[in-house]
Amino acid sequence: MLDNLPRLPLSEWTSDFVRWVTSAFDFIFDPINNYLGTLMNWIINILEFIPPLIFILIVMGLSVIFMKKKILSPILIGIGLLFIQNQGLWENFIDTTTLVIISGLISIVIGVPLGILMSKSDVFETIMKPILDLMQTMPAFVYLIPAVAFFGIGMVPGVFASVIFASPPTIRLTNLGIRQISTELIEASDSFGTTPMQKLLKVQLPLARPSIMAGINQTIMLALSMVVIASMIGAPGLGTEVLSSLQRAQVGPGFVAGLGIVILAIIIDRFTQSGSTNK
Amino acid sequence: MSVIEIKDVTKVFGTYTKEVEQLLHNNASKDEILDATGATVAVKSANLKIEQGEVFVVMGLSGSGKSTLIRLINRLIEPTVGDLMIKGKNVAKLSAGELRNFRRENLSMVFQNFALFPFKTILENAAFGLEVRSIPKKDRLEKARHALELVGLGGYENQKPNQLSGGMQQRVGLARALASDTDILLMDEAFSALDPLIRKEMQQELLQLQQKMQKTIVFITHDLDEALSIGDRIALMKDGEIAQVGTPEEIVTNPANDYVKAFVKDIDRSKVLKVKHIMRPANPQENTDANPAIDAEALLYESYYSFKNGVRELTVKDKGEVAGIVEFEHVFEVLSIGNEVEEDVR
Repeated sequence: MLDNLPRLPLSEWTSDFVRWVTSAFDFIFDPINNYLGTLMNWIINILEFIPPLIFILIVMGLSVIFMKKKILSPILIGIGLLFIQNQGLWENFIDTTTLVIISGLISIVIGVPLGILMSKSDVFETIMKPILDLMQTMPAFVYLIPAVAFFGIGMVPGVFASVIFASPPTIRLTNLGIRQISTELIEASDSFGTTPMQKLLKVQLPLARPSIMAGINQTIMLALSMVVIASMIGAPGLGTEVLSSLQRAQVGPGFVAGLGIVILAIIIDRFTQSGSTNK
Repeated sequence: MSVIEIKDVTKVFGTYTKEVEQLLHNNASKDEILDATGATVAVKSANLKIEQGEVFVVMGLSGSGKSTLIRLINRLIEPTVGDLMIKGKNVAKLSAGELRNFRRENLSMVFQNFALFPFKTILENAAFGLEVRSIPKKDRLEKARHALELVGLGGYENQKPNQLSGGMQQRVGLARALASDTDILLMDEAFSALDPLIRKEMQQELLQLQQKMQKTIVFITHDLDEALSIGDRIALMKDGEIAQVGTPEEIVTNPANDYVKAFVKDIDRSKVLKVKHIMRPANPQENTDANPAIDAEALLYESYYSFKNGVRELTVKDKGEVAGIVEFEHVFEVLSIGNEVEEDVR
């Protein structure tokens, strides 16, 4: 009997919707594509212009500043980067790094304010939670399809897909971090007559900082994993190497490129985690 | 005029329906209203007048509504019904902006678990109330430093709160409230999280500070000894209602009902009541110099030693001035009232 029910044309609706959005918001997508694409090419050119050795020393120097009193991390980071250079993956590495940083920054710029709004409004939280669940559980490949429809192929659709896939942890953990602040501290703030903005900037965000930083760390990790997948729609980088190795069944080059991604992941993780401790 | 006047203030958590209103009007108990409507009555038609410069203690067990009451005063909790007159202004009717300014200028609060900001230094914590008022950094840190010195924390300015012991953290909480320089100080179980020795010490210091500052202090506690030792007047709360308001002496020697009586039954009055609580005014004709002198702040048991060799009267002195006379018979009487041996117990 169930076979007699007509099929719900959800896939047609979705296609139509995406087609409509593509043509209706063309005037938004095109400039984004142009400007963001230009900006990223620019960053990539600058980063590639720096000789690898100097680049490695700069990153090691920064890691000394960020991770106080730790000697081992800068050395391991240096070794990892030298390995990438040694394997001839340097340009791919720069491409991936740029994509991850841009996707991560956009996710944070969108995610933190959304998280703050969620913490302020129970209604908004109730609306956002299922949306965030959907964003996180939907297979990441699916985001590539509308990304191509909106932006064609290349880096910008890669960033678009990454932002959708990667921003939920920042949103969730910003919301959670603010909601978890003890009522007594909020009362202390209120009792001295803080305005809502003073309370947010002077009390809530600093207190939620460890949680927000943990969210940002997760977001950047997810952005990295998505950037690799985005190589399927022409986003350049280490993922392209993995993909082409897969297509030609070459174990060796695939492993080396994969290792490069792992090294990048560890470096980014160490940097973002060093900000999440609250003294 | 009283500094703080609480007029018929009621706080109901949950929806305030006509039914709740009716039940309250019929003087139904907290439990009856909860069973009938699901609404919790935290404070029930409270009436209080708190005078300029006094230490007013609100005491009660947990669930008695005392913490709600203090939060009604600065409107951290919105009153359901009633008026809150502070310095002649009805705080219950202020808009959000007016309330903020009113809090900044008139009210500061000290919290049970200190509520210090862990990411700020001690000095920045103490300056928080001033920072909120956008007072220039140099001025506010100067005032905060002064407040920290008042509470005996000079030299700790650059530490973080978690580097300090509980007692010291609460001194910071107190300094933060003092630095704001408001006339009214709300203290919510401020010393309850401290161990007994530190608590006693803090009580003494608060009283010493109060002699200099003469602020109006509303102090919440569940500890009767604490209430009796620091309160100029005490309000005892039970189930959201104020059971009795009075001086420590009145509460101890003249409990208004069985609840208060049960409460004060087991305390050692000689270690709670001060000589000044039970003294009588000195007669101008009396030769007060003939009697041994005793300080007005002395506890009753401290007077025992002076009543020797047939001495029947002591001259009470407050800061060197004759304040009154305390009589041996009266001391004995006060200690014995209410301690009648109940026959049926045996």
